[in-house]
Amino acid sequence: MSTAATAGALAAGTVHRAAGSPGFLSPTGVEIAFLLVGLVTLGAAVVTVTTRQLVHAALWLVVALGGLAVEYLLLTAEFIAWVQVLIYVGSVVVLLLFGLMLTRAPIGRSPDADSGNRWVALAVAVAAAAALVWVVVDAFRTTWIDLDGAPSGTTEVTGAGLFQHWVLPFEALSVLLLAALVGAIVLSRKAKAGSEPGAKDAAASGTATGASRTRRDQEGTR
Amino acid sequence: MTDALDVALRLLVVFVVFLTFPLLVGQTEHKVMAHMQGRLGPMYAGGFHGWAQLIADGVKFAQKEDVVPAGADRRIFQLAPAVALLPYLLVLLAVPIGPGEGAVGQVLDAGVFFVLAVMGVGVLGSLMAGWASANKFSLLGGLRTAAQLLAYELPMLLTAASVAMAAGTVSLVGILDAFEWWWLPWQITGALVFFVAGLAELQRPPFDMPVADSEIIFGAYTEYTGLRFALFLLAEYAGIVVLCGLTTVLFLGGWHGPWGADGLGWVWTLLKTAVLAFVVIWLRVSYPRLREDQLQKFAWTLLVPLALAQIALTGVVKVVFL
Repeated sequence: MSTAATAGALAAGTVHRAAGSPGFLSPTGVEIAFLLVGLVTLGAAVVTVTTRQLVHAALWLVVALGGLAVEYLLLTAEFIAWVQVLIYVGSVVVLLLFGLMLTRAPIGRSPDADSGNRWVALAVAVAAAAALVWVVVDAFRTTWIDLDGAPSGTTEVTGAGLFQHWVLPFEALSVLLLAALVGAIVLSRKAKAGSEPGAKDAAASGTATGASRTRRDQEGTR
Repeated sequence: MTDALDVALRLLVVFVVFLTFPLLVGQTEHKVMAHMQGRLGPMYAGGFHGWAQLIADGVKFAQKEDVVPAGADRRIFQLAPAVALLPYLLVLLAVPIGPGEGAVGQVLDAGVFFVLAVMGVGVLGSLMAGWASANKFSLLGGLRTAAQLLAYELPMLLTAASVAMAAGTVSLVGILDAFEWWWLPWQITGALVFFVAGLAELQRPPFDMPVADSEIIFGAYTEYTGLRFALFLLAEYAGIVVLCGLTTVLFLGGWHGPWGADGLGWVWTLLKTAVLAFVVIWLRVSYPRLREDQLQKFAWTLLVPLALAQIALTGVVKVVFL
């Protein structure tokens, strides 16, 4: 999740660079705001993965995801921005906090929360971010979004684009989510039938409801 | 210049509404509950039927010491009331009270999504409060709050989607422009589900298990005192105003009425909102609290199927008859 946020923040920088041709040396107010929000988002994402306090990490994630929503807003993609808040801030983070509270959420530092794999994780994150940035730069090299013209991110435009040009990827994603949902149910059932009751069980069933919830939210936003 | 003045004026009006309407609902609750229980309620403060009771309460809250428990996570504990309250202020900005673009704080293209998304954020405040208090009862309250939100946001979203399907737009202003009187019977199931789910999201009785005062001593707010506690209470009443306003706009036609919709549309909106607020208070007095498992069962086995049925009905009517 934080990787995506980081990549988003980095991508924010690249869109800015790509927009260089019309006025790189005299940025408009929107561009400056975009860059600043991007920096805040990046900072929040970094704090999310580095803080030693579990619940603080989840709350910094709220800041990072909210920053992304603001970025969408600045690009006039209003619909996407509100869906971002609804799904990620309103549901995913609440689910995350719920899971933390159910299992273990000490106040203060939890030194054992650090994993020994942090350098591997860093390498994977950097590689993923680099790949995403490369894709974005390659795809939108000379594209220039005209923010003053007709809004290009309204619900109508988004809906038309989604269901005229991108129907197949959209449905494929639905199937993927459905598979995840079924998988989560299977996993939680197996854990319940096994001989290991307790915290693991609760965590597994929590994930199941989470997956089903996200899935249904997706259905709801269609 | 006039643009800036216009924006400032709108923000001011929304802010005043945000500060006064919750207090009005609170005072009404005092009096209505009292009379339903054969009491008089507040009678002294301000002279006439105790109209100034909540002002006196506010003064009392402001004078109290602001205590932060020693074991608490200080900053999050202090931040939580603001996170709980501010979303409702933002939602009020988007609720239209009259016809035309002059009677709404800010016209939003995706208004329905905006209000539902931002209302969901308010619950984060309760979660933060419940966790940061370093109190078992608070943590239990926070857990129950989260579980309740997860269960009840889905039916709310589905029924709002049903109205958006009927109107062909997700803009609150657009939905009101498209409204016809026969939407009322058409969307009645959705209206009930939306209103009940909203009550549960606000943790109002009979869905007040997360703050059940006789069991977990007000849940997430156990450790709060003074102004911060008052802010949580204000958030609850602001939530009632927002929920009733949204139900009015989405399902009851907002400023549409049998007559006088041109000049007096805002009166209809306020009237419908007030009646719904009365119902909220009425429900608090009449129904016993639901148990935690009953709460979850109610949402997943009754409200969600009803909401899905409403969506199916909306789709069928839309395709076959319109």
